Amino acid sequence: MSGLTDPNSLWPPIWLTLKLASCSTILLLLIGTPIAWWLARTRARWREAIAAFVALPLVLPPTVLGFYLLIALGPVGPGGWLAGLAGARTLAFSFLGIVIGSVVYSLPFVVQPIRNSFESSGDRPLEVAATLGATPWDAFWSVAVPLARPGFITGAVLGFAHTVGEFGVVLMIGGNIPGETKVLSIAVYELVETLRWTEAHLLAGGMLVFSFAVILSMMVLQKRMGSGGA
Amino acid sequence: MLDSDSIEAAFRGQLGTFRLDVEFVAPLRGITALFGPSGCGKTTILRCLAGLRRMPGRLSVSGKTWQDDSSDVFLHPHQRSVGYVFQEPSLFPHLSVRDNLMYGWLRSSRAGSHPALDFSEVVELMGLASLLDRSPSALSGGERQRVAIARALLAQPRLLLMDEPLAGLDQVAKEEILLYIETLHEKLSVPVLYVSHDLREVARLADSMIVLSAGRKVCDGPVQEILERLDLDPGDGEFEAGVILEARVSAHDPEFRMTRLDHHGQRIVIPGIDLAVGEYIRLRIRARDVALAVAKPSAISVRNILEGTVLDAAQDPDTAFAEVLVDVGGGRLRARITREALQDLGLVAGSPVYALIKSISFDRPVIGRVARVT
Repeated sequence: MSGLTDPNSLWPPIWLTLKLASCSTILLLLIGTPIAWWLARTRARWREAIAAFVALPLVLPPTVLGFYLLIALGPVGPGGWLAGLAGARTLAFSFLGIVIGSVVYSLPFVVQPIRNSFESSGDRPLEVAATLGATPWDAFWSVAVPLARPGFITGAVLGFAHTVGEFGVVLMIGGNIPGETKVLSIAVYELVETLRWTEAHLLAGGMLVFSFAVILSMMVLQKRMGSGGA
Repeated sequence: MLDSDSIEAAFRGQLGTFRLDVEFVAPLRGITALFGPSGCGKTTILRCLAGLRRMPGRLSVSGKTWQDDSSDVFLHPHQRSVGYVFQEPSLFPHLSVRDNLMYGWLRSSRAGSHPALDFSEVVELMGLASLLDRSPSALSGGERQRVAIARALLAQPRLLLMDEPLAGLDQVAKEEILLYIETLHEKLSVPVLYVSHDLREVARLADSMIVLSAGRKVCDGPVQEILERLDLDPGDGEFEAGVILEARVSAHDPEFRMTRLDHHGQRIVIPGIDLAVGEYIRLRIRARDVALAVAKPSAISVRNILEGTVLDAAQDPDTAFAEVLVDVGGGRLRARITREALQDLGLVAGSPVYALIKSISFDRPVIGRVARVT
């Protein structure tokens, strides 16, 4: 019986998952915003090609994406070279590795809503800002970003939630190292494999409630902002 | 000629099937109208002036070069000292009225341009004091456009560009904004370039005008002179052709609700208006509202009979009509009469003539208060 229902063993994967999702969301906003801005503003002909590339994780099986990431992060890929600078052999099977994987995997969920928001506010507010003496950088922060707020909120929530729910990519590039890469979804998988149903129930039920709360609060938020704005 | 007090512009380029090829010098004072039918390139020119669109050409304002392709100079909109009032008010929805107004005001103050305009003065002038804490979504169309105009002014521009600011408004709001623009014209010295396809607006507000057609300049000059030219079709056709007379309010008749005006010694009577004796007003008189007589008629309901001399008569051989330009001892009138009448009366240049104008021709939209700017 011992160890079967030790609730303390459930916390490390939860904390690790929240840490992973938080780090990824911050990185996703930092990387996704300029991409979304560029996609919304550029008239370059290969814009849609870039957009399609960013959207690839939507359709690729996580194992395929994980496979390529594994190669890229491994000793012979650019990730391994980067790891070499820090004295390690590989970025695969590390926390940093799964952060990178999560960012790639969740990027379309963040870029798309932000890009839509930038596009829907149009050129006019930026033109107004420019004629009022705002530099492009100033206009971006004082006008474009506040007007795209619903897109940022949706993007951040989706990016966070999607990272929390991720399984395949982490399994491929992270393995199952406690405290390092053993996130919630992996833990559930392992609990089921080892027939520890009670703990699996606890974790799975928690995920269910969490996911429902996230989706619900996002919908309510969007509805409120849709009727309150403009 | 490099006049330090003018806008010198030349733009030449292709936009799809539309070709723009204009060159003009406009005074940097008062209100200058860019006038022409829809699709003649007015808005494109305004956007080029603001730097929102780049077309091949050159532009200098007050002796300072804003664009010169030969030396590859192009100032971006935020580097130019312009205010721009768009057709739609385009207020920032995420900011209150006050913060909308502060947006340009803070940035121009930070740039070190000493404030020529006082924040509260502009707020007062545009009647916005009670709206400051509202959100733009809680304003009416007219109120929004007033905020937009004030916001553009508060950016302390060297030049204010207005792109048909009355286009989306109903008649009441239009009239209200026109009054505010007249007040600005009177109280502030910011030069305005005003795009419009409505001759009534131009006649009422503008001091000078540039007439455009199909991407080219037709003519430019003081509004009075342009409107007196018989050879120009201002785009609105015969219906709106007419001139402007300036007259001084000389008396009010409360019993009959009439106002008497003096135009260089000639009396004009119009339906009562709410302006003090001594103020100058601007009357727009359409050619079709003026009749001519060679002898002074008596016992007639027409109140205004102005003595004058025919300066010129232009017949339109394809129609029944002719246009006659009459000097009424100061200003000039255009009269649209039939060619037959022209012949019967034997009117030629130099003929003495009486010009008849029904008082009812002067409804409110054709009367503007005159701002005496120097």
